[in-house]
Amino acid sequence: MTEQMGRRGFFAIAAAAVGAVIQDTVSSSRVYDPARAGRALPPITAADNDPGIRVLEKQLKCSCGCGLDIYTCRTTDFSCTYSPGLHKEVLALAGQGKTAQEIIDAFVAQYGQQVLMAPPKRGFNLAGYFVPSIAIVIAAAFLIRTLRRWTRSAEVTAPVLDAPPDASPAELEQLRRELDRLQG
Amino acid sequence: MTLLGQLSLWLALLVGLWGAITGFAGGLQGRADLQQSARHATFAMLAALLVACVSLEVAIFRHDFNLEYVAAYTSRNLPTFYLWSALYAGQKGSLLFWATVLSLFAALAQVLTARRHRAYLPYVAGVTCLVAAFFVSVLLFAANPFERMAFTPVDGRGMNPQLQNPGMVFHPPMLYLGYISITIPFAFAIAALLSKKLDSDWLVAVRKWTLVSWLFLGIGLLIGMWWAYVELGWGGYWAWDPVENAALLPWLVMTAFLHSVMVQEKRGMLKKWNLALIIGAWLLSIFGTFITRSGVIASVHSFTQSSVGYFFLVFLVVMAVASWVLYATRLPLLTAEAKLESMVSREASFLFNNLLLIGIAFSVLWGTLFPILSEAVQGTKVTVGPPFFNQVNIPLGLGLLALTGIGPLIAWRRASVPNLRRQFAVPVTAGVFVLLILLVAGMRDVGALMAIGLGGFVTATVAQEFGRGARARHRQYGEPVALAAVRLIGRNRRRYGGYIVHLGIVLLFIAFAGMAFKTETQATLRPGESATLKSPYGHVYTLTHLGISQYNALNRQVTAALVDVRRDGKLIGRLKTEKRQHVDALGNPTFEPSTEVGIRSGLREDLYVVLGGLVNGTEQAVYRFTINPLVWWVWFGGYVLVFGGLIVLWPGGGQQAVKGPRPQAGYAVKLEAER
Repeated sequence: MTEQMGRRGFFAIAAAAVGAVIQDTVSSSRVYDPARAGRALPPITAADNDPGIRVLEKQLKCSCGCGLDIYTCRTTDFSCTYSPGLHKEVLALAGQGKTAQEIIDAFVAQYGQQVLMAPPKRGFNLAGYFVPSIAIVIAAAFLIRTLRRWTRSAEVTAPVLDAPPDASPAELEQLRRELDRLQG
Repeated sequence: MTLLGQLSLWLALLVGLWGAITGFAGGLQGRADLQQSARHATFAMLAALLVACVSLEVAIFRHDFNLEYVAAYTSRNLPTFYLWSALYAGQKGSLLFWATVLSLFAALAQVLTARRHRAYLPYVAGVTCLVAAFFVSVLLFAANPFERMAFTPVDGRGMNPQLQNPGMVFHPPMLYLGYISITIPFAFAIAALLSKKLDSDWLVAVRKWTLVSWLFLGIGLLIGMWWAYVELGWGGYWAWDPVENAALLPWLVMTAFLHSVMVQEKRGMLKKWNLALIIGAWLLSIFGTFITRSGVIASVHSFTQSSVGYFFLVFLVVMAVASWVLYATRLPLLTAEAKLESMVSREASFLFNNLLLIGIAFSVLWGTLFPILSEAVQGTKVTVGPPFFNQVNIPLGLGLLALTGIGPLIAWRRASVPNLRRQFAVPVTAGVFVLLILLVAGMRDVGALMAIGLGGFVTATVAQEFGRGARARHRQYGEPVALAAVRLIGRNRRRYGGYIVHLGIVLLFIAFAGMAFKTETQATLRPGESATLKSPYGHVYTLTHLGISQYNALNRQVTAALVDVRRDGKLIGRLKTEKRQHVDALGNPTFEPSTEVGIRSGLREDLYVVLGGLVNGTEQAVYRFTINPLVWWVWFGGYVLVFGGLIVLWPGGGQQAVKGPRPQAGYAVKLEAER
């Protein structure tokens, strides 16, 4: 009986040793001081790398105060504790079969408009998008009007020659070209 | 030493106030003794502030941790290189640095300004002393770097790891030099307004100083972009952060001025506009300082929120009101000496260039302030991030790039149709040719197509200008074409240096367009495992994780990951990316672990490797691999831009501004009104 147990024990130990060798071969060894490398991270999944998720997360802001979007924050600031959680929320909503817009709407409902990297184009936010363009268009119109007025007044006081220049149109064009060149 | 520093600050404040009073009084009353006193005050203020700076540096190098500033930003094991930069690593020290550099510029303006501009100098001394005195008062009453604590810690907290990068040693001083030196052109503009000497004389002094500011600010922005790219690890170089925007605003306005000033020099027009641009650029620099230092807008770059914001807000409002009121009272004296003759002229193209530059500046300012406005109007906080800025500014930027090519092709005063045809034929053909090649190659991104196509157009414009000029010299003097091209630059540094700046801008735009084709992936790899990533050029990169090593270095504990890089199966190099845990002299962790990126930079693309972390403390590593196309060209474009700027700035060789009324034609004429 004792001999039988001893044999069993030997095989058990041998199996454990072989298992340990296999485990050590297959998995990675521990580093000297894991704390130096920052927070331990979970392995990357296919969903983490999904281009659709990436595009979506680039439209949503991380709430840690970094000013970055969720994707950039979670793949840059590895000490951030917010972006991994927000990423999980995105994955969970995507897992429920929600569309990108539905996920965005869900985030806005939960965190407010400031979760969006750019304000939605409605209401007062339209001023955010269109005031610069409108201002530039108005300024351009004003500039063109002013330039026209200036050129008209320049025509009124245009120089008048005492006598017409003794030069052919071709020579005048050549003179103008030379003047252009001289004036840079 | 700190007592000496404290006393120096008080002395600088008193001398600064004295300089301001005597400068303005001496200028207005024409009293030479007061004018001389104001001049001496600028030198005395510089001396006092230099003593204060040296006192703080001595405290930093002596590890005087009883000083709150030294304890907050340094530690015993901080490398010497960064002990120097600790002077401007924090709010208080950077304000001292700011005031000192401002007083240095104030003294240089007094020494270097040509004799013929002497009439402006008392006012210049007054303005610079006033602004410097303001900064010193902020130091004394709200952000004193010589403040002591009730106890002395054994070691300091140390410097933020992200600031322990060579880029951060040079980026802030360059940016500050740019920001601060804008005060000198502003001071000359105020001097011209106060003295009513509003002919083009003040422009000569102002233009060079503005170019100095523009160049330093540009270098500061470029080094900041480089630092963000190599240090922050997010794989980009510009994030439209409020603080980045604040530095861009005065640069854009100064760029507009450097173009429109040519119209004033050549034609005596746009006097009101040019003065407004200089005043606006300076006010924007103070506005940027307010944003950076008040914490009014959330930014990763900003200093901690403090009461200095109120000082800057009050100063900004007071100076804005005073400047614009003075400007308004002098408007009748700012009449143009010539009329615009045609809508199709160099002058008009410069005005449209100004419109777009100011338009971009306005949209950046608007976007930066919109979150505050939105909260005030609709009570809702919104985020205005890169998607907004890209949407608004990319079309404007492309329009500006087009004008960069169009402007030099249009003649001054009036362009004739044959002239336009002759000038535009080659550049337009080149632009269309580049566009067609890109389309045939399969590029479909509209923004990138436009940027690179317009880049071809502008490059051809510059090449045509150099070619014609060099050929003309070759014909006239028999010089070899290459020598003729070099001498051409030497003979007209402003014009051809400016074209080189345009080439730098083209390279920057093309490089920016490259980011549209960025590709990235994340992977978890055990030693020996590989991930693959396809570049936009079709190359397949295979990245093999070799393993993790840990060691101590200087003031940090390092966890390094090594990656073998193969392109299309061929080994091309090995990259190292790190996690750094900074520690104090006792070995205690000081900050969260930071990331050091591994970058393999090439002409076509950068491979950008980031170690995210480890899985359960094992050698299994989480990576982010990114391919960033054309990033190298951002830095090269920056070099070209700076090189061109230096050529423009180099003394001599440039065209001198013409005094008095400009000739209206090449022959004797009578105006209609005179007949």
